[in-house]
Amino acid sequence: MPVPTADPTARTFPAGTEPIVRFEKVTKRFGHLTVLDELDFEVAPGEKTAIIGPSGSGKTTILRVLMTLVKPDSGRVTVDGQYLYHRRVGDKLLPANQKHLREVRKNIGMVFQHFNLFPHMKVLRNVTEGPIHVLGVPRKEAEEQATDLLEKVGLGDKHDAFPGQLSGGQKQRVAIARALAMKPKVMLFDEVTSALDPELVGEVLGILRQIAAEGEMSMLIVTHEMGFARDVADRVVFFDAGQVAEEGPPSKIFSEPENERTQAFLKAVLEH
Amino acid sequence: MGFDLLPILLRGMWLTVQLTLVSAGFALIIALLAGIGRLAPWRPVRWLAGIYVEVFRGTSILVQMFWFFFALPLFGITLTPFVAGVAALALNMGAYGAEIVRGAIASVPKGQIEASIALNMPPALRMRRVVLPQAFVLMLPPFGNLIVELLKATALVSLITLPDMTFRGVALQQTTGRTLEIFTWLLVLYFALAYPLTRFVRWVEKRASAFRGA
Repeated sequence: MPVPTADPTARTFPAGTEPIVRFEKVTKRFGHLTVLDELDFEVAPGEKTAIIGPSGSGKTTILRVLMTLVKPDSGRVTVDGQYLYHRRVGDKLLPANQKHLREVRKNIGMVFQHFNLFPHMKVLRNVTEGPIHVLGVPRKEAEEQATDLLEKVGLGDKHDAFPGQLSGGQKQRVAIARALAMKPKVMLFDEVTSALDPELVGEVLGILRQIAAEGEMSMLIVTHEMGFARDVADRVVFFDAGQVAEEGPPSKIFSEPENERTQAFLKAVLEH
Repeated sequence: MGFDLLPILLRGMWLTVQLTLVSAGFALIIALLAGIGRLAPWRPVRWLAGIYVEVFRGTSILVQMFWFFFALPLFGITLTPFVAGVAALALNMGAYGAEIVRGAIASVPKGQIEASIALNMPPALRMRRVVLPQAFVLMLPPFGNLIVELLKATALVSLITLPDMTFRGVALQQTTGRTLEIFTWLLVLYFALAYPLTRFVRWVEKRASAFRGA
């Protein structure tokens, strides 16, 4: 039986708006395992999308393909109107080179499950590193911006700490500030609370709520925190077996899911 | 105790120190180039770096030194004993150092590279600002061992006519016959060089890894 495809009317953006991210028939296999199975998927500018689904369903791979950490086997990915893995030369499509990847990639930022802060740089340097060395922002300006961002994530007093001296929740907040400093149009959050002790989850989710509330920025959030997804997301996507099994506003997905796999998944996570 | 032997031995010791420092400097540069070369995205570069490492690790350092000093002149290239000695020491230690560099770079966690891609860093910047500073800390302990090995290997230059500490000792022994005193002094003097060196490397290690902190 064919998997029911995403209902386009369920999207939260008006017809005619160009999506900021578009996946067209994107397939990724790891050995015999098909992680993305001809995935079609779109995100509107400014949209907050929560991606939920069983582990191994390919949720994280969507983010990693967008961040160019994993190359898809086939299909097209478009970011802000430009192909990510292909470049147009005349009327031909060639594989992206390093220069093209860097050009398109500047629209995207990512926060990782395991923070991946630079351990040899102090907190402030972690946040200014990208703006200074990649974007060419003058040091003073980058430091002022970083100071504001660290203030915003509640770490105004930690400029001179090394990441190794921070708690998990603090590390993740620095990582969020680091990603925000690059001013991406799309920000990817890959299970950003999964590696945290339970009592530290709240402080990180609080920051994400704040960012979502103020934001022009599109957010793609892979998460196991259903309550959080319900509050923050404009749209919830249930992902299963490499495809979007069901999507819609949180009120619909959480209260009256249609797909039986969504129902089974939600029953399992909400009852535990 | 034979303190009268010291002035001559110390003169040789200065040459030993010079040889160690100059060779270590070149060995470090060679090790970085060859170590990074073995991980380069271009196959010919990987290949060249690989051949260099295997050849210089796989042959005797003494024979390499003889080759530079005695065989190269047959091709019309005559090196001074000092240059031949430094060339053999630096190229040999550089080959071992390249493996250290390669291993250290490879053991920087993958997440670090992913984070630098997420910040849109170009590959060269990623290597310079993220990978190498972290790999450097991992390289220090094995580099410390290597430089002590290098110091001790400098004794081989006495065989290509360079008057280093060992050369002076052997010469003294032949003229005075005071074998026990002379060779005991040599042991003491090599240790007197090597021990502070290991302490120094340990100190650098500690400072460099401060960020791992509490």
